[in-house]
Amino acid sequence: MPAYLLKRLAAILPTIFFVTIIIFGLQQLLPGDAAIILAGENQDPTVIAYLRQKMHLDESLPMRYAYWIGGVVHGDLGESLRIQEPVLGLILQKLPVTLELASLAMLIALVIGIPAGIVSAVGKDTVWDYTANVIALWGLSTPNFWLGILMILLFSVNLGWLPASGYVSPFEDLRANLAALIMPAFVLGNAIAAVLMRHTRRALLQVLSADYVRTARAKGLDERTVVLKHALRNALTPIITLGALEFGTLLSGAVLTEQVFSIPGFGKLIVDAVFNRDYAVVQGVVLFTSSVYIVLNLLADLAYFVINPRLRG
Amino acid sequence: MRTNPRSLTERGDTPGRRALRRLLRRRGAMLGLVIVLIFIVLAVFAPLIAPYDPVATSWSAVRVAPSADYWFGTDEIGRDVLSRVIWGARASLLAGLVSVCISMSLGVPIGLLAAYVGGWTDGLISRFTDSMLAVPFLILAIALAAFLGPSLTNAMIAIGVSATPIFIRLTRAQVLAVKVEDFVEAARAVGNPHWRIALRHILPNVLPPLIVQATLAIAAAIIAEASLSFLGLGQQPPAPSWGSMLNTAKNYVDNSPWMAIWPGLSIFLLVLSFNLFGDGLRDALDPKHK
Amino acid sequence: MKKTFVLAWALAGFATLASAQTLRIGLAEDPDILDPSLARSFVGRIVFASLCDKLVDIDEKLNIVPQLATSWQWSADNKSLTMKLRPGVTFHDGEKFDAAAVKFNIERHKNMAGSNRRGELLPVASVDVVDELTAKLNLSAPFSPLLTVLADRAGMMVSPKAALANPTNFGTKPVCSGPFKFTERIAQDRIVLERFANYWNKGEIHFDKVTFQPIVDATVRLANLRSGQLDLIERVAPSDIASIKADKKLTISRITELGYQGITINTGKSEQAQKNPLGRDPRVREAFELSLDRAGIVKVAADGEATAGNQWVPPANAFYARNVPMPKRDVARAKALLKEAGVTNPTFTLMTPTTSDAQRVAQVVQAMAKEAGFDVKIQATEFATSLNLADKGQFDAYVLAWSGRADPDGNLFSFYGCKQPLNYSGECRPLWDDLLNRSRTTLDTSGRIKAFATLAAETVKERPVIYLYHRNWLYASTTKLTGMRPIPDGLVRLQGLKM
Repeated sequence: MPAYLLKRLAAILPTIFFVTIIIFGLQQLLPGDAAIILAGENQDPTVIAYLRQKMHLDESLPMRYAYWIGGVVHGDLGESLRIQEPVLGLILQKLPVTLELASLAMLIALVIGIPAGIVSAVGKDTVWDYTANVIALWGLSTPNFWLGILMILLFSVNLGWLPASGYVSPFEDLRANLAALIMPAFVLGNAIAAVLMRHTRRALLQVLSADYVRTARAKGLDERTVVLKHALRNALTPIITLGALEFGTLLSGAVLTEQVFSIPGFGKLIVDAVFNRDYAVVQGVVLFTSSVYIVLNLLADLAYFVINPRLRG
Repeated sequence: MRTNPRSLTERGDTPGRRALRRLLRRRGAMLGLVIVLIFIVLAVFAPLIAPYDPVATSWSAVRVAPSADYWFGTDEIGRDVLSRVIWGARASLLAGLVSVCISMSLGVPIGLLAAYVGGWTDGLISRFTDSMLAVPFLILAIALAAFLGPSLTNAMIAIGVSATPIFIRLTRAQVLAVKVEDFVEAARAVGNPHWRIALRHILPNVLPPLIVQATLAIAAAIIAEASLSFLGLGQQPPAPSWGSMLNTAKNYVDNSPWMAIWPGLSIFLLVLSFNLFGDGLRDALDPKHK
Repeated sequence: MKKTFVLAWALAGFATLASAQTLRIGLAEDPDILDPSLARSFVGRIVFASLCDKLVDIDEKLNIVPQLATSWQWSADNKSLTMKLRPGVTFHDGEKFDAAAVKFNIERHKNMAGSNRRGELLPVASVDVVDELTAKLNLSAPFSPLLTVLADRAGMMVSPKAALANPTNFGTKPVCSGPFKFTERIAQDRIVLERFANYWNKGEIHFDKVTFQPIVDATVRLANLRSGQLDLIERVAPSDIASIKADKKLTISRITELGYQGITINTGKSEQAQKNPLGRDPRVREAFELSLDRAGIVKVAADGEATAGNQWVPPANAFYARNVPMPKRDVARAKALLKEAGVTNPTFTLMTPTTSDAQRVAQVVQAMAKEAGFDVKIQATEFATSLNLADKGQFDAYVLAWSGRADPDGNLFSFYGCKQPLNYSGECRPLWDDLLNRSRTTLDTSGRIKAFATLAAETVKERPVIYLYHRNWLYASTTKLTGMRPIPDGLVRLQGLKM
């Protein structure tokens, strides 16, 4: 394995370390005494004192960090003080939901984005190009919470085709599960479709003007063979990296979509925890998803390296 | 040395001119630019264009449907939606522009520094940038906005800071590529100090992709402000901003859809236009294009 | 012959299938810990209404009715309450409910680390087990709100065996004695309860399963009801009422809440109170109140789904002080008062949580007060932060609502008592404390009414809290659901509900 990849592996640890600093700092530096909001309506002073002690709030910031990291290293991500459940348990509970939503969204993005990119590149500067452009871009241009609410009104309330919100496990009822996830997956996938479209188009355009493609054209091969066989194969390689990165973002970035559709995934978990000052949850979940993102990043680089023979030298 | 204009066109033109012509030819990008300019005009001349005071409430005109008096209808406490949409253009455009200015003024120098100096500095900056990129953008923005307090200014800061790593990474990659070019070697050989090489020779050559990214980032920032407002962290009422208007309007979508349609459409148009223009700019500035 | 037999079997099977009914309820938030001692939120109580029975309950008129206790008797000196318990009641795990369980639970509420009931049960000194079905609560001083306290979480009884077996995480698998037992919970997704076969009042329960789904967005919650995925939703947005009324498949239920929406003014919580004319001078506060048109606020900020009020209890409440009626808007008098106080254009910051209710109230108030010369600056603050700032006294005025308790004491003591946790105004007056204690130690209703009347007359001189209105609890359900009896505490009781 070349030095480059070994260096990448070694870089993971400091990166994750910085992630812990960032997320710990952002949480613990949030204004206000966390114990007060978690103490509930009555604001009973003994409850506040009890919570302060549980969260080590009377100790210094570095000490609190040490408590947290010490636990993390032993696999203990702490406990949600709002509902008294271990953070790791919550993560494992919501991981399948988020994974499924992310996968569906990715699928939709690929189905919309790549063909749109191809059409746009092959029909450059024609009406096909602009249409594909706008279709793919509208996903990036609409706030997804907005699109979500509109879709709920249309498909659930007016047409009654799909459930308005909620989640059903695929093992319990696959059909209901897909019905519940199709709208949020579409809302999420839309935005990513635009990114994929851009990259497919760009990569394809680059490749289409490359020498070996011109040679293929000169050889008399028809346009379709040229595009599909040569250009596409080479153009799609960067898509893999991009796909992996976007998937990583999806794992925790579906914040607003999950709010609107009431999907019990990571995004919803994190946002509620931020507003409730449930530190352990935010820290634990973000650490988890960030680590996954970093690992995915590395794997994508590895894949890119493996697939593209020219890099191997 | 005076150049004869005729001879310039005869000789062929500068890469800048060629790029400009390519840009002008892409109709999508031009449409985008025109729409953006229209919104800028709306924002700048809002006091003159808006028919009503955007924060003037009217108990008798609560949630009136679009009519001759109120072209876009009124909202839940009787304010004219059209006026609020026009004034809201200010907040959204500001959100987009200021956030990206923050990102660029933080990100470009840091990226330039990392790439130019290399070594441990580069390693440290890159690891930190990677970690910021690993934390989901919206989460970062939410946490920062909650930290600073709910307001448009703080939302802009939060979005700007959260988007900084993108510019660090982009600048760094571009500078690394340009650093090894011949003209930079030449500049160094002649004895230019580092700061001069960085600012006068390298930076201008990495600007094009940065400008493209900036345009696209403005689009994303406008959506980010709307998202933060949806969560109650952006521009606060009664000041108008499309995002906070959508946040309020979501409760009335069924009975007063006009409250949500117009701000939503505005966000969509403005962001789409920035995206179109940015894409066109990227195509035009790409030297690999014929 | 065989055919009819098969048919009968099929019909019987069909009948049992048909009776496997699930009630799906949409909640406005995700409940917190499902342990009655540790629970801190309003929405959790809705789940408890189906999960955990309590010693007594309240009805629509706020009368105390029996639940796990069938009758009760105060001692002559009012310092102990003897309760006779219902026989034949078991917990979900089969354990017997008896006086020993009552003692265990009260002590658990009082002593458990982090218990939110400790403050509520402070006057209860000890519990005696008189016999198997009789428990005696001994108080340190007479405490008239006791029964209403026992009608809430402090009166909920959990299985001692289960609580001892799971001391740290009881809330993840609660075992109570209510009509439904705990089946599963997926945080932020659903809470599923199943019918408890041995419930003492099983005749009134017509569902086999009840699921609670938290859906924060009111529009989406309603959409779920409309599309048939939910049968009942709570906290309907007032602006949706008109369209629900027009829908023949949906029914609306409403009742006035126990609490209020109001503005709390910093009159002494910190030095900041002295720096602002609003906090310094009661005349400025009176002018502020006179500049407000409560009917207008109800109409615009609550879409008419509220009752205007000027006290800690709604005007229809038995303990409403009739000697302090609701003032009418009087901008002229407000301006005169300001002149008298020597301030012409007072300005202050109104700390407003970023919830849509609070924001609307703040904007309406800002516009109304302007006419009297007030320049109200709205400072939008995240809720968690606002609580902290209020606690430190770093505010001028604060838009704050209270969910309300069945006894007026629950809306008063923590807010007006010196150094009490919810006393954000910072008022500390021995006379008020004296009146509050008197209202607590007097069991006689007319005596309490007198105490509250005097307190109302006294507090209105200072006006640390300007009460605006009492919201309506709004429920929407499918017309197939019958038997809905809204209670002012806002909880959904499943006894009597059927589809």
